[in-house]
Amino acid sequence: MDLSYSAEYEQFRAEVRAFLAEHWTDADRESSPPPDGQAALMGAVIRTDERATQFRLEAIARGYLYRHVPKAYGGGEQPYDPLKSTIIAEEFRRAKAPGEMVGQGASMLVPTLVEHGTEAQKRQFVRDTLLGQIVWCQGYSEPGSGSDLASLRTRAELDGDFWVVNGQKIWTSNATEAHWMFCLVRTEPDAPKHDGISYLLIDMKTPGLDVRPLRQMTGESDFSEVFFDNVRVPKQNLVGPRGKGWIVSRSTLKHERALIGGSFITRRTFDGLVTVAQGATLRGEPAIKHPVIRDRLVQLETRLLASEYNGYRLLTQQWRGEDQGLAGMVMKLFTTQLSYDISKTAMDVLGDRGALGRGDFNTPDMGMFSYSYMWALGVLIAGGTANIQRNIIAERGLGLPREKK
Amino acid sequence: MDFGLSEDQLLLKDTVRRFLAERCPTTRVRQLMEGDGRGEKDLWKELAELGVAGVIVPAAHGGLERELLDLALVAEELGYAATPGPFVGAAMATVALVEGGDATLQKRWLEAIASGEAIVTVAWGEENGEWTPDQFQTTAKGDRLNGRKLMVPSALAADAIVVAARDAAGPGLWLVERDAIGTDIAALTVNDLTRRLDSVSFADTPAVKLPSGAAALQRVFDAGLILIGADAYGGSHRCLEMARDYALTREQFGQVIGAFQAVKHQLANMAADLEPSLALVWYAAHAFDRIRDQSTRHAALVKAHMADLYDRITRDATELHGGIGFTWEFDLHLWFRRAIFDRSFLGEASYHRSRAADLAGW
Repeated sequence: MDLSYSAEYEQFRAEVRAFLAEHWTDADRESSPPPDGQAALMGAVIRTDERATQFRLEAIARGYLYRHVPKAYGGGEQPYDPLKSTIIAEEFRRAKAPGEMVGQGASMLVPTLVEHGTEAQKRQFVRDTLLGQIVWCQGYSEPGSGSDLASLRTRAELDGDFWVVNGQKIWTSNATEAHWMFCLVRTEPDAPKHDGISYLLIDMKTPGLDVRPLRQMTGESDFSEVFFDNVRVPKQNLVGPRGKGWIVSRSTLKHERALIGGSFITRRTFDGLVTVAQGATLRGEPAIKHPVIRDRLVQLETRLLASEYNGYRLLTQQWRGEDQGLAGMVMKLFTTQLSYDISKTAMDVLGDRGALGRGDFNTPDMGMFSYSYMWALGVLIAGGTANIQRNIIAERGLGLPREKK
Repeated sequence: MDFGLSEDQLLLKDTVRRFLAERCPTTRVRQLMEGDGRGEKDLWKELAELGVAGVIVPAAHGGLERELLDLALVAEELGYAATPGPFVGAAMATVALVEGGDATLQKRWLEAIASGEAIVTVAWGEENGEWTPDQFQTTAKGDRLNGRKLMVPSALAADAIVVAARDAAGPGLWLVERDAIGTDIAALTVNDLTRRLDSVSFADTPAVKLPSGAAALQRVFDAGLILIGADAYGGSHRCLEMARDYALTREQFGQVIGAFQAVKHQLANMAADLEPSLALVWYAAHAFDRIRDQSTRHAALVKAHMADLYDRITRDATELHGGIGFTWEFDLHLWFRRAIFDRSFLGEASYHRSRAADLAGW
């Protein structure tokens, strides 16, 4: 066990730092307004302006970003090395430099296209998605198909050179900003449910496609319903073989779970909680001096450390080529529950000020924690609800009998 | 960057696992629990032959000269098998002698410890529930010790006891040999029969002061906390496996109970809470070895966290087994009782969390 990096990797870290010092200066850091509250909560410090794009192109050319994507399609194309990827992520974060896009396009669609897409699809979409020029949304869930996604009923029928899509999607994040949607549709109504699905790329400006924002419990609209009324999609926008969409989409879901399970955002929320506890007063004393609050803070911190050190373990397993097993499978459930509990503790630290919402300056956190308290529930549900995670852990991790599918 | 076990570490762990599975199944555990204590000595001797007693003893004294992480892996395996014996006290005493003893004391004791010839334990906690050395009532004057220690592991089986006490210079460590005049040892009635606790009184008892004992105090205590954490991980892991296996064999309503979602989710919750805590145990042990400025706080965190978790897992595992889990005949209570030891010995969870908050400067 050795948590330091070898000389070779320290040399690499120095190279990355030198690159950042030269290409992402203080002026660049200050050249854009800070991100809004929600983006900060989600850890999404994402710039896509011209300067950021120029920088990303330089970073890609050096092989620092999108290392898993071939150069021909706009990636960095480097040999698999999770340690280097970790160093790059750490240094980019430290320099507040534009890193890889974290949205559904770059982290979910791109790996799918690289694996299953046609040459034309890769050339048309991958590069611009990596640079944040094409924004994607994911058309998976339907009103009747949530956890049981494969029961989806939005159908597509071939009419000449077009797929004609009819039906409805729901819980579609970013649908109002997205240029394109990657979408699961039923093309083989007579096949068993997993075998009747195809994976389509749909231009959000296509006539017949109607986006209606949903307002969630936080008061904002981050999701929409998307209705399809005879939406005509060119035949060449099918990814992978007809009827194989379920298998094609698996590479996407795998990536989404990795994305949601990370503990970096949880660390930031916890550090924010400690800061608030140090600043807030409960019954005339700093909240952090309150024995019950102290006990809860240490309990939360211990769980956070466990998830961070488990991350080191997963990274080691990755580069050793070992199976991650339960250690990887439990992370989404573990960290999303933890995030919720951190915000819940913050609500108690704030005392009666917990009643005040976002933007109210009478509470030391400007209402951010009551917002994240609610938002954490969304994360617990997104990308496979907590109960679905428990099924996965029980069935794949512990070898218990499978649910009827 | 390598946060994983080495081949040597995996081999040590596997050797202990296989030895215990073969030589110390729960039938033997139960014999030892019901015996007079001599059986534990025999088992300890056998374990010492594998290297268990000398993991952190320098090679010059016949040990493996490994680190606390290696010893924590052993603790995990002993916890997994609910192994009876003096391990925790012996391990803490070994840290005391390695870090606090001089050449004479080390020569006298370390080789005998590593070979299993001698059992040395520690006397720490006192009647007032206090585990913090500057609160101790046990005092030394010259080479004489006075006071009473409660919660001394395997004192009746020990050839010597390392005692945490105070003298005019402050807290420190003293070594008392078996049968030293003025020593009175009495067995306590304990819940965990695999780890006996005794009370020990000293009345002008002759003792040798460990020259660097004051500096070693914190290290000995931290090591104990981390090893308890590792034991709790091993025991929890075993209980989860038992519950899983039971869920796969027990049938009700025409199917194995593991097919019911309530049972699956209870097991999944246990696994989700337990699995990441292994990395916490490893990190705490590694910090003890290599990142010393983080060691004391991590030791406190891991003990508090694992004690709570062990309680949770043994509780859920017992519930999941239904009536059979509540019987003496079924083995589960062996771990339930070990969880009681792990939560109590060296102080309760909230005490260590309070220490951790202080150490963070909160």
